[in-house]
Amino acid sequence: MDFAFSLSALRRKAMSALPNELRESLEKLIAASDHPREQVINVMYALQGHFGYFSDEAVAAAADLLSMTRLEIEELATFYDFIYREPVGKFVIHVCDGVVCWMFHEGSVFDYLCKKLGVCAGQVSEDGMFTVLPTACLGQCDRAPAMLINGVAYGPLNQEKIDQILEKLRTEYCDLVVCK
Amino acid sequence: MTEHVLLLNRQPDRPLTLDEYRSHGGYEALIETVKKRTPEEVRQAVVASRLRGRGGAWYPTGKKWSFIGEAHPRYLIPNTDEMEPGTFKDRVLVNVNPHLVLEGIILAGYAISAARGIFFIRPSYEMDAELIEKELKVARDAGFLGKNILGSDFSFDLEVHRSAGRYICGEASAQVNAIMGKRPHPNKEVHMASTGLWGKPTIVNNVETLSCVPHILRNGPEWFRNLSRSPNDGGTKLYCISGRVSRPGCYEMPLGTPLREILEEAGGMSPGSNFKAFMPGGASTCLMPPTYQDTPMDHDSYKATGNPIGTTAVMIFDERTCLVGAALNLMEYFARESCGFCTPCREGLPFMRDLLQRIENGEGKEEFIPMLHQMAQHMDKAYCGFAPGAANSVIGLLRYFADEVREHISQRQCPCPCELPEPPAAE
Repeated sequence: MDFAFSLSALRRKAMSALPNELRESLEKLIAASDHPREQVINVMYALQGHFGYFSDEAVAAAADLLSMTRLEIEELATFYDFIYREPVGKFVIHVCDGVVCWMFHEGSVFDYLCKKLGVCAGQVSEDGMFTVLPTACLGQCDRAPAMLINGVAYGPLNQEKIDQILEKLRTEYCDLVVCK
Repeated sequence: MTEHVLLLNRQPDRPLTLDEYRSHGGYEALIETVKKRTPEEVRQAVVASRLRGRGGAWYPTGKKWSFIGEAHPRYLIPNTDEMEPGTFKDRVLVNVNPHLVLEGIILAGYAISAARGIFFIRPSYEMDAELIEKELKVARDAGFLGKNILGSDFSFDLEVHRSAGRYICGEASAQVNAIMGKRPHPNKEVHMASTGLWGKPTIVNNVETLSCVPHILRNGPEWFRNLSRSPNDGGTKLYCISGRVSRPGCYEMPLGTPLREILEEAGGMSPGSNFKAFMPGGASTCLMPPTYQDTPMDHDSYKATGNPIGTTAVMIFDERTCLVGAALNLMEYFARESCGFCTPCREGLPFMRDLLQRIENGEGKEEFIPMLHQMAQHMDKAYCGFAPGAANSVIGLLRYFADEVREHISQRQCPCPCELPEPPAAE
């Protein structure tokens, strides 16, 4: 009984945490679709952008919006590479560990980024700006070694280029994107 | 000089516009088709062209379309998931000529009488998703997409489906599950052409395959067949080449061009590198020695050698690269990307990874070699094609480079030099 109560309370809390504008735009998106479930990934991306990661509130809100169970949302959220169930930095750096990139760095790009930002894989840097994650081949093999940050691919990389990219991201204003 | 078809008029820094595409005959095939050809005639032309699926399965495209079920609505899913390591041809193609891709999709939609297309695109290609969305609007405004296309009674529209990223989504039945908002496990119980997306007839095609269709209809199946150097295929092929080469990139050449010529086109090996091994078509193919570089790069010629050709995305390894390390990297990739649904894949891939890791660490034993071999063979018992594909790198390693594996074991360390050269500049 208490468990059921806490679940519905979480749902209410999640829905009330959504700004009206976002909730209405998602409701509209879902209503316009012949098959509402086809929108689940778009909804997850939008909620992730709002909450900064795909939080428990985001799971509850997605379930509510799409009339799916939280378990159904959870099994999708934990399946995909670009849905983050743990807090991440404003910029998520996906470092390609495909075999072509590997033959140029053998993991050193990833290690350099972690050292530079003072994080382990998946952690958020102290300033809240960055998270580094290993990622399946990004399809940028002609620019190996490569990484992807919020939808933009960078390569071929070396330490100097990485420093420049990080500096640019730190100093240039942009909205929280997390993942496009 | 190779005749460019798919990458005709390629600009170094931007996609071709609708007007530029039309000035080279773009959308002529669609204009003529909706006026004069029946869907059956389009399918026949594609059968006659010998076009085969460019995503790696090499199934005849016209034949695949002929299986389309009776029910409506029907769906077409152009597949740009492209997560096979080494492969980036679809990204290049979309960025060179988005309207060629769109015309191919619309014509395929016509051939199977589909009402709706869903362009499935991976999250790493977000820039391409945005480009396609922009050009979709341009095509719609020009009357090539939407209700009653060019005044005919054919209506077809296309939308972009953004994936959230997982290798298995490239498998057709998993992709359909992904679009339906289900966990994207493969589903071998359904016949896609009759009960695919939402239980309706569905065709999933690679976008390079679809981009051949406008050319087939405009110039005829015979012209298309003659583009190929292989008797059982038609057309040109987008060959990706990456790794230790001078100018890595995507090169359009006649289907059946041997690797030696593709490598020449890419400026040869990068300075100071000696050719040691290659994978002919992504991570799901075998590690192979340079002795195969004169084999025509088509499905049938490779099959005759006992090796799959895959997506023809060639990855070149030089003598500084440890092939046990490369196979370990690939196995880590597959073990992580496995959807975990069936036991051989879920358990077998990490098992092979662990054996490779021990060999690489200098903790290998001779008996690991038959163990690896046996487990690689067991992958055929998996539910879908993922695990047998994953096992290919190990099969190639043991078939052609067993000496290097044994050196790791006998020397109790990795015998390869640890030099990491500067990466080459992009093409």
